[in-house]
Amino acid sequence: MAEDLTIRNAKIDDIDDVTELDARITGLKKHAYWKDMYARYGQRDKRFFLVATDQDHKLNGYIIGEVRAWEFGSPPSGWIFAIGVDPDCRLNKVGSRMFDAMTDCLSKTGVDTVRTMLARDDELNMAFFRSQGMMGGPFIQLEMPISGQRMQGSHV
Amino acid sequence: MRLQKATRCALFAVLELAQDPEQQITAADIADKYQISVNHLAKVLRDLARAGLVTPMRGAGGGYRLQANPKRTTLFEIIQLFEDFGHDIQNRAEDGDHSDIGQALKQVTNEIDNIAISTMKSITLSTLLKRVAMNAEKKPGNL
Repeated sequence: MAEDLTIRNAKIDDIDDVTELDARITGLKKHAYWKDMYARYGQRDKRFFLVATDQDHKLNGYIIGEVRAWEFGSPPSGWIFAIGVDPDCRLNKVGSRMFDAMTDCLSKTGVDTVRTMLARDDELNMAFFRSQGMMGGPFIQLEMPISGQRMQGSHV
Repeated sequence: MRLQKATRCALFAVLELAQDPEQQITAADIADKYQISVNHLAKVLRDLARAGLVTPMRGAGGGYRLQANPKRTTLFEIIQLFEDFGHDIQNRAEDGDHSDIGQALKQVTNEIDNIAISTMKSITLSTLLKRVAMNAEKKPGNL
């Protein structure tokens, strides 16, 4: 139940559980990656690595965010770039509680906007973030293969 | 993006019913509220019932009730019943597709379609109703 959840800063001891949970969701076990994420986002100013645990201290989810500043003219804003919820705990408001805790953390740094970026076909996460009130923002993600042929006549 | 009249009628009807899935509302009441043709709406409601999104109620009062799960049903599921909209349209051959310019234009229009489709697929009825409530709170006088 959501009211039995504790949302707190991640500790190094949580990384094994985060790795396992991510592996259950994505099918990829990336322990070194999560250890590095903890080093970069779990212990630094304006960076937040939060976890949700239940009464039995079992990991139910994790969320990572930070403040990013002045990217292509954007004033500092919060970014959420990782979220995972134990599939067995979905629909228990774990994601919503972590999202609220993250926006509280970001808001305390002085930013008033939170952003994220997702794959277009990631319907689960897209629907989650929209259910929290997020909408399409003023930025558009663009990409191209670096090895691909550049278009002729570029003026930039 | 401009939706066809039938699509807008369907969205109004489903979202009106989703505000309280236990209630039953007549086509006339919905048509009156949104100032749309009751005959047009009645036809749209029959299509929605055939798709399993609403249920026609028999007996005193009649009307319709929501059958879909508002937390699981997206705007896309309703829109695609009435619009020629989706991946099928992207694969349909059009004049000039064989040309270099036609192919480059197709890439651009497909990009626009893909963004629109993913937007519609990610917004559930519940999410849209939350936004309705949020907008109402922001209105002057509701501070």
